Amino acid sequence: MSETVLQVKNLKLYYHTSKGAVKALDDVSFDLKAGETLGLVGESGCGKTTMGTGLLRMPTPPGRFEGGQILVEGRDILPLPEKEIRKDFRWEKVSMVFQGAMNCLTPVYTIGKQMMETLQEHRSMEKAEAQELIKEYLSYVGLPADVTSRYPHELSGGMKQRVVIATALFLKPRLVILDEPTTALDVIVQAQIINLLKKLKKTFDLSFIFITHDLALEAEVSDRICVMYAGKIAELGTNEQVYGGKGPAHPYTERLLAATPRLRRKVESLSFIPGTPPDLIAPPSGCRFHPRCPRVYERCRMEEPPVREIEPGHLAACWRCFE
Amino acid sequence: MSNGIDGDVILRVDDLKKHFTPHQGFLQSFGKVRKVVRAVDGISFEIRRGEIFGLIGESGSGKTTTGKLVMKLIDATSGRILFNGRDVTSIGHEETKEYRRQVQMIFQDPYASMNPRFKIRDVLEEPLEIHRITADRKERETRIVRALTEVKLTPPEDFMGRFPHMLSGGQRQRVATARTLILNPAMLVADEPVSMIDLSTRAEILHMMKDVQRDLGLTYLYITHDLSTARYFTDRIAVMYLGRIVEMGKADDIIDHPAHPYTRALIEAVPEPATGKVDVVKELPISGEIPSPSNIPAGCRFHTRCPYMKPECKEEAEPELMDLGSGHYHACRRWKEIG
Ligand SMILES: Nc1ncnc2c1ncn2[C@@H]1O[C@H](COP(=O)(O)OP(=O)(O)OP(=O)(O)O)[C@@H](O)[C@H]1O
Ligand SMILES: Nc1ncnc2c1ncn2[C@@H]1O[C@H](COP(=O)(O)OP(=O)(O)OP(=O)(O)O)[C@@H](O)[C@H]1O
Ligand code: SF4
Ligand SMILES: [Mg+2]
Ligand SMILES: [Mg+2]
Repeated sequence: MSETVLQVKNLKLYYHTSKGAVKALDDVSFDLKAGETLGLVGESGCGKTTMGTGLLRMPTPPGRFEGGQILVEGRDILPLPEKEIRKDFRWEKVSMVFQGAMNCLTPVYTIGKQMMETLQEHRSMEKAEAQELIKEYLSYVGLPADVTSRYPHELSGGMKQRVVIATALFLKPRLVILDEPTTALDVIVQAQIINLLKKLKKTFDLSFIFITHDLALEAEVSDRICVMYAGKIAELGTNEQVYGGKGPAHPYTERLLAATPRLRRKVESLSFIPGTPPDLIAPPSGCRFHPRCPRVYERCRMEEPPVREIEPGHLAACWRCFE
Repeated sequence: MSNGIDGDVILRVDDLKKHFTPHQGFLQSFGKVRKVVRAVDGISFEIRRGEIFGLIGESGSGKTTTGKLVMKLIDATSGRILFNGRDVTSIGHEETKEYRRQVQMIFQDPYASMNPRFKIRDVLEEPLEIHRITADRKERETRIVRALTEVKLTPPEDFMGRFPHMLSGGQRQRVATARTLILNPAMLVADEPVSMIDLSTRAEILHMMKDVQRDLGLTYLYITHDLSTARYFTDRIAVMYLGRIVEMGKADDIIDHPAHPYTRALIEAVPEPATGKVDVVKELPISGEIPSPSNIPAGCRFHTRCPYMKPECKEEAEPELMDLGSGHYHACRRWKEIG
């Protein structure tokens, strides 16, 4: 059994707005092993990016941790002083490819200059040595060395995303969080990037947290899938438990999967989940999914279902799943 | 339902081209050659009345430019567009206005296309004003109610007084659709960007669009990157590559029996929500990315990425679309050998 890289325990992260606290992460727990990819899926606004920035311990203002623990290699990072976080944790152990990052490269600097800056912020090394390292990492992501002298607008979307991935790997992190890394790319380029990530994961023995709203894509990359709904975990299971013949356990996952179009199978009708995800300032009572759930009954409206193991390694938060 | 084979032709596009010539700029003054962007480079297709026709291809393949040409938002470099048998390629201003009432564009970004200070009633009334449809308040009201009912925003009175921010993404898209329906169009052009929109919301929108299409017998030109959605939503598909159609036919034929290596590669790359793929590195039949439309490869324009490329693909003239029978067309000269 490989070692545990990350343990998240009862994590709460709220955004304190003038209208009230947005409970973007509300009592979330999971763990991640070395070399494992955990998929984080759910509709827009369910807290996926918040989880990513939370794990880097840099919540976007006005976000604040309201409780819980984030253990990286067994050590809780929440109480640590910022200086220590910067020195041996953020980017060093855990790094992140931000949502839309490839479109945030500075247009007026060459790729080489931007990569150099990132590197020199964290490592004191000779320029020549740094340049060698940059070239080495560019080759890992399948880019020619002369990319360094080019500007972002001279690169295709796929090439820019490769640059961003190379930069995230520089400091040899153990865990990389990838937030919608292929959403803005064509399918062929997406497949190329996914292949690249699989290769890099082996080469560097990395763990990934792969964030997307696309369940079909998640099936291709993630060993385990964590389905979030309204700031909470709805279901967490292995790839087989979620996509296998038996089908997922939670009604929300089931509905999400039914709304995912399949290329190789002709369906007459795509179903969708009526209604919208709830307001996270005042989420619904009981099960947060109950106003949209096709299997709702009285108990769901009154009592919140806990996250419980329904078979070995398979968690769900739904009263129906406990029957 | 249309079967995509019978029925009369509502829109015909004939060897249509759009070449953009960049303005003489800074770089050119240093003696660099101006490069023409061949965004749409000779495409022909027909859309039958009541049909949903999909245009699919990678970013930069010329889909939006085709949509804009059909909407007459830009002028063609050459070629013809026929609507209901009539050449509309170079009609005058007044006729263009009437054409645009009949052929409406749906903006697929419900967040950007609506004035946030307008109530839904005003959003829907605006096109009636622009096209000076009727000044009669009652008649306008009736049309607004009918359009809202058509997109299932019921009861309509509940929605008319709301502002866009009081609606969900799916509901906003319904309003955007109602806004086009209010002018009784014959055909809708929908250009779906690569979007962050949730799959469930998108499914909801497509569902609604299909219902509306059935109820009103509308014709759609649906532009997308997404083959899975196209299979579910369209009757026929044209696959574009660098400004040309490389394969065209019934959606099921194209996806179950693709003839062109590019279509095959696209299909291969689409993820499927099924287990057992995590440890597999996907065999991608093609490598690299789509070349620039200002530098289109000679011969078959796909030859630089094609796994079946032979010298003749590069040296001989570009193949035209060939009919496999049953309305399935492709433009690969080696299709027999690669079977
Ligand atoms: N800086 C902020 N201030 C206030 N609320 C915020 C802030 N950032 C996010 N939120 C809210 O927190 C919730 C979770 O947002 P988050 O960005 O984590 O969602 P997401 O799952 O990443 O969504 P998407 O798929 O759209 O990227 C949402 O309701 C969002 O509106
Ligand atoms: N006004 C213009 N001037 C010059 N080039 C243009 C212009 N409009 C489009 N192009 C170019 O024409 C090509 C086709 O563009 P188009 O927007 O039609 O592609 P698309 O298939 O819609 O792509 P996407 O999927 O990214 O929306 C692109 O290379 C684009 O840069
Ligand atoms: S607890 Fe009830 S409302 Fe929630 S998902 Fe299960 S059945 Fe639906
Ligand atoms: Mg996000
Ligand atoms: Mg486009």
